[in-house]
Amino acid sequence: MKTTLRVRRFDPEADPPMGYVQEYRLETEPSETVLDGLIKVRETLDDSLALRCSCRGAICGSCGMRINGHAALACKTKVISVAPADGTIEVEPMHNMPVIKDLVTDMAPFWSKIRQIQPWLQPPGTAPKAEYTASPEAMTHLSGVMSCIMCGVCVSDCTVLEVDKTFVGPAALAKAYRFVADPRDAATLRRLNALNQPGGMWDCTRCMECIQVCPKGVAPMDRIMALRANGMAAKVPSTCGSRHAEVFTDIIKHKGILDEPMLAVRTFGLKHVGRLLGMVPMVLQSVFKGKVPKSGPLHRPIPGIHHIQRLFKRMRVKS
Amino acid sequence: MTYAFFPGCVSKGACPELYQSVMQVYPKLGIDLNEMTTASCTGAGVLQEKDPKLGDVLNARTFALAEQQGLPIMTICSTCQGVMSQANHRLTTQPQYLQQVNGFLKDEGLAYRGTTTIKHFLWILLEDVGADTLRQHITRPLTGLRAAPFYGCYIQRPTEALGIDDHPDRGKSLERIIEILGAEVVDFPGKTRCCGFPILTINEKNSLTMVATHTRDAKTHGADIMVTPCPLCHLNLDGMQSKAANQEKTAIDLPILHLPQLLGLAMGLDAKSLGLTRHLISPESVLAQATLAL
Repeated sequence: MKTTLRVRRFDPEADPPMGYVQEYRLETEPSETVLDGLIKVRETLDDSLALRCSCRGAICGSCGMRINGHAALACKTKVISVAPADGTIEVEPMHNMPVIKDLVTDMAPFWSKIRQIQPWLQPPGTAPKAEYTASPEAMTHLSGVMSCIMCGVCVSDCTVLEVDKTFVGPAALAKAYRFVADPRDAATLRRLNALNQPGGMWDCTRCMECIQVCPKGVAPMDRIMALRANGMAAKVPSTCGSRHAEVFTDIIKHKGILDEPMLAVRTFGLKHVGRLLGMVPMVLQSVFKGKVPKSGPLHRPIPGIHHIQRLFKRMRVKS
Repeated sequence: MTYAFFPGCVSKGACPELYQSVMQVYPKLGIDLNEMTTASCTGAGVLQEKDPKLGDVLNARTFALAEQQGLPIMTICSTCQGVMSQANHRLTTQPQYLQQVNGFLKDEGLAYRGTTTIKHFLWILLEDVGADTLRQHITRPLTGLRAAPFYGCYIQRPTEALGIDDHPDRGKSLERIIEILGAEVVDFPGKTRCCGFPILTINEKNSLTMVATHTRDAKTHGADIMVTPCPLCHLNLDGMQSKAANQEKTAIDLPILHLPQLLGLAMGLDAKSLGLTRHLISPESVLAQATLAL
C-alpha cells in the first residue's frame, strides 16, 4: 500500500538547532509495522533519520514514539491499523522528555524518576542464604505490573507531566506499587509516606491516557489508585486528595448523591481554610448567576437511601 | 425510544443549567425518559480510590434497577458514562466477579444479569435518534459559529470499555454533532485531554494551568465557544477560567456550553430557557454576533 510517513524531525547540529517536518513516501505491506516503514526509510531513502529500536517484538521497549498523536511502540503498530484513507501517518518523538535527534528522546529524566521510588526490594532482617521467596499466590496479582518494559510511552502522554515536570509520573508510580504490594518488602509505610508528598500519587488526574497507550497492559493509573487506597488504609497523613476521597465516600453513604459544597468544606476544613476562602468569589458569582438548583445547594438523601447504607455496611463487614 | 435517565449529581447540583437544557430538548426528539430517582452516585472515580469494589456494587445496583425496567440507561455526563461503562465492562466480562457482586445485592432483592446498556446523550443523538432525524429538528442552523469540542477523559478512554473499539464514530461524535448543527468545528490539540477538575482540590496550580492551556488553545485556533458533554469539565473550564487566566496572566473569556444547550440553540429554543444566562463566562456577546441573542 502507498504510505506517507510524515516525520517530525529535530536537528541538534543546526545553528540554531531546529525542528521540522519531513515526508517520506514508500510502499508498505499489510503485515508491516510503522517501525518496518521507518527502517525502510533509513535504509533506502534517508540514512540521516535517527530512531531507536532493537528487538522489533515489543519486548525491549526502545521504539516508543507518537503515532497519529498517541504514544505507542512503533514495532507493535501495524501501518494498516493507523493509516487513514490517504495513507499519511504522523510520526513524532515521545512527549514530556527532551529530544536528542529526530525520534530519539533523552530517557535520563525517565530513569531519574524510576530511581526516585527506590525500585528494589527492601526486606526486613538479614539476608537469607538463598533467594527471598514468596508464594506464587502472593505474587500473582503483581504479574500485570511486572510486565512493564520501561518504554516511556505512558510518560509521553501523561497529562500532568505536560504541565508539571516535578510529577513522578505513571511509570515510576506503577513500579512503586510493584514494591508496595510485594509481601516480602518491609518498606511499605516509608514508601507510601514518600509517595504521599506533593508530586506523588495524589497528583494524577485519573485521565486514563496511560492505561490507553500502555503496550503491555500494565494499567499504570489503576496502580496509582491502588497506591491511594493502600495509603488511606495505612493511615498515612491525610492530604487534600485523601480527604476528598474519604469525604466523598461518606457523603454518598449518607445521602446517595453528592453535595458539592459539603465536599469542598469538609475536604479543606480548618487546616486549609485559605483555600476555602479562595473559592468564595467563584461561589458568590455562581449564586449571582443562578447556578444553584431550585431545591437549594444541599440535597436530601435519595429515596431508598437505606438500601445504599445497607450495601455500605455489608461491604465493610465483608472486607 | 425510552431510557432510564441517570442525570448524575452535578446536573442536580452545581450545573443545574445542564439538567434544565436536557429537559428542554429531549421531548422534541422522540425520546422518553424515566428518571432513576433511587439510583446512587456512580462514585465518579473518587469513591473508587477508596474502595473500587464498593463502586462496582453501587453501579451494579443501578444497572439492575434499569434491567428490571427493561430500559437502557441514558447519561448526560462523561464521567458518569465512563465510570458506569468501566464497571459494566468488569461485570459483564468476569462471570465470577458478577456473581460475587450479586452476592451483595441479593438482600436488596436485586440481581444484575449483565444486560443493561449505558449510553451518553451524545451517542444517543447519533446512534438512536440519528443524523437525519436530528437535521429535521434544526430550525436555526448555527452557521458562522465556531465551536471547539471538549470531550472529558471518561468518554474517550479506555476505548474498549466505552465501546469505541466497536463504534469508532463515538471517538469523533462531538465533532459530528457540531457539523450537523451547522456550526464550524474548531480542532485543537487539547480536545481529548484532561480539564484538570479531578486535581482542583489537590493541586490547584496544575489544574488551572490545564484550564488555561485548553481554553486559550481553542481560542487561538479560532473558537467562539467550546462545547462539552461533561459537566465536571464545565465546572472547571467555565467556573475556574477567570482564575486560570489570572494565574497565567492572560485574558481568555471563552464561553463553555453544555452539549444540550448547543443543540437547543440549533433547535430554535430560547437561550434563557436553556440556562445560558447561568454561566460564569457569559456567552452573550458571542451568541449575539452569531445572531443567537440571549
